[in-house]
Amino acid sequence: MSVAGINVLVDETRARMAEADKPLLSVRGVSAYYGSIRALKAVDIDVNEGEIVALIGANGAGKSTLMMTIFGQPQAREGTITFAGQDITRLPTHEIARLNLAQSPEGRRIFSRMTVRENLQMGAAVNGGKHFAEDLERMCVLFPRLKERIDQRGGTMSGGEQQMLAIARALMSRPRLLMLDEPSLGLAPLVVKQIFSTVRELNRTEGLTVFIVEQNAYHALKLAHRGYVMVTGAVTMSGTGQALLDDPQVKAAYLEGGQH
Amino acid sequence: MAQGSTIGRVAPTVAARRTSALPEMVKDAALFALVTLGLAIPVVAYRTDLGQGTGLELTGRWGLVAGLCAAVFVLRLAQRLVLGEVSRRRDIRTLAEADSKAPARLARPGRIIGPLTLGIALTLPLLAAFGSGSLSEGRYWIDLGILILTYVMLGWGLNIVVGLAGLLDLGYVAFYAVGAYSYALLSTVFGLSFWICLPLAGLFAAAFGVLLGFPVLRLRGDYLAIVTLAFGEIIRLVLINWVDFSGGSAGLSSIPRASFFGIPFTAGEGGFASTFGLTFNPMHRVVFLYYLILVLALITNLVTLRMRRLPLGRAWEALREDEIACRSLGIDTTMTKLTAFALGAMFAGFAGSFFAVRQGFVSPESFNFLESAIILAIVVLGGMGSQLGVAVAAIAMVGAPELLRNLGFLKAVFGEGFDPNEYRLLLFGLAMVAMMVWRPRGLISERTPSVRLGARAR
Repeated sequence: MSVAGINVLVDETRARMAEADKPLLSVRGVSAYYGSIRALKAVDIDVNEGEIVALIGANGAGKSTLMMTIFGQPQAREGTITFAGQDITRLPTHEIARLNLAQSPEGRRIFSRMTVRENLQMGAAVNGGKHFAEDLERMCVLFPRLKERIDQRGGTMSGGEQQMLAIARALMSRPRLLMLDEPSLGLAPLVVKQIFSTVRELNRTEGLTVFIVEQNAYHALKLAHRGYVMVTGAVTMSGTGQALLDDPQVKAAYLEGGQH
Repeated sequence: MAQGSTIGRVAPTVAARRTSALPEMVKDAALFALVTLGLAIPVVAYRTDLGQGTGLELTGRWGLVAGLCAAVFVLRLAQRLVLGEVSRRRDIRTLAEADSKAPARLARPGRIIGPLTLGIALTLPLLAAFGSGSLSEGRYWIDLGILILTYVMLGWGLNIVVGLAGLLDLGYVAFYAVGAYSYALLSTVFGLSFWICLPLAGLFAAAFGVLLGFPVLRLRGDYLAIVTLAFGEIIRLVLINWVDFSGGSAGLSSIPRASFFGIPFTAGEGGFASTFGLTFNPMHRVVFLYYLILVLALITNLVTLRMRRLPLGRAWEALREDEIACRSLGIDTTMTKLTAFALGAMFAGFAGSFFAVRQGFVSPESFNFLESAIILAIVVLGGMGSQLGVAVAAIAMVGAPELLRNLGFLKAVFGEGFDPNEYRLLLFGLAMVAMMVWRPRGLISERTPSVRLGARAR
């Protein structure tokens, strides 16, 4: 990506921030159910333009459910979800994705029989592959490993490479908001560090808004501007990343020993 | 039981298999023989013959049972010794290759077999004519070619639905039937020519594809398979029972024959032969039909190959792998599935109207479940999604039974009463089992990427 391109993006972002103080993504009183089990209990979450927001919590707290609910699968039974001023609570998943909301899903879900390039093409499907060549180039700079493996089948790559592919695939649609579900899952610490620093870089240089769901609380809160803590389907705490890191309760529950 | 042919490619397994010793194999083979004995006692051991009076007499055949058990024992032992060695070597090799670059090997079989098959297909009438002396005597081969190509086309059509989009369709023959009856009815009732009916038949079949598509959109895997199976049966039963419309189980006959773009294949004035200054030969029509189905099949292939490069085709393949991921990338899975059903059905419709024009007669008998099963078997044997694999599998599935007809010399070995045709299904089953053991993912299991380095994405 050219410097001019980055500048245009940054300018656009600033313009958007100036025109509305409203959060880019706003989740208000959302409850979701699996059958009769209430998986989300009146959740409120905001993600502002240009921010990195982390959602941490233990296994089964409902973090991934929230992410899937934002994407309309399952749809929220109560509450509203607004993205860029538009109510998306009742939209089908693919139409939400077409609003430039991109997701790197839990478990990566790359197309394993398709090559890296084809996976990226699928990511660009939303905008009809208009900027495909340019964006492909950009992904190759962001993730040099993907460039090496561009014609290799996705399923033959290592977990870290697959995670990079999942993120790159999501970025191919030029999203306004990137949602990452457990990007550190099952990866070596070094790879996690690499991926997180790429995300930070994207946020810093392009003003990319990121919503990240993580079990790895330490890394996620280090990365994030703000964070939320979720326990059994409800948000129990929120604050800046640093404040949450310093919070004794968070420390005790998620950061035993302070390091991960 | 440790089988010599498991697919597990885990290092410890390989190491463990190396140590599997002879006594263990003998024990294993003995167990197989024991199972054979158990199976043979009720089935083989006694034969009932008509006795002197009115009753039946039991004739013991213990020698045969012993022979069977011994054969199974020896074969199993040989399998463990030979196959175990082969598959162990392959496992080790696979492990070593797992990390090395795979794409270099992609699409290699297609480079030679593909053009070769196409070359033979294009020149088959000539080959048949030269091979058997004259065009008329080569008719058997050309007819066989037409039959195989029909199945190749059906296989390629179903490949869109099953191989690319991953929607298991057990009722594909229904669309074939829709195409055949479309032509039969349109031509006999309205007197429309084949060339007008062909696209119409495709259109009708596609409409039925969408019709089937809607209710099954939310289904996957087993459930989808059952509903499509039912759909196939419904179409057949409607054709049997709606006598006023379709002629019932008697079918529709005297369907107009194919003409050469309006010029009929007749002996008299204005016929194909006299128009082009040739001497009349009934084979002209057969050769014309052969090239017609060849062109139709090639169109199916070209469209499929082209579709795979388009966003829609890629969406089919992505859909097969992960529906949720597709949706979260902004792909409308409803439309994607419906187009796959519609396009697959359309080609079956084309093939169906070709079937009707060739036979001059259609009846529900031709569209039973076995047909669906054969077409599906062709797709699965070919390696889901592989165009060349489907063609090779169609040749094997349709051509191989024909070979059995020519095995008359075996009568000399097995006695006068031996009819190789009776063993068709047995050999068919054996071939299937062999496939599962050696090539569990189909004849050509490698998927060719739709875009590659060097080749520009068009």
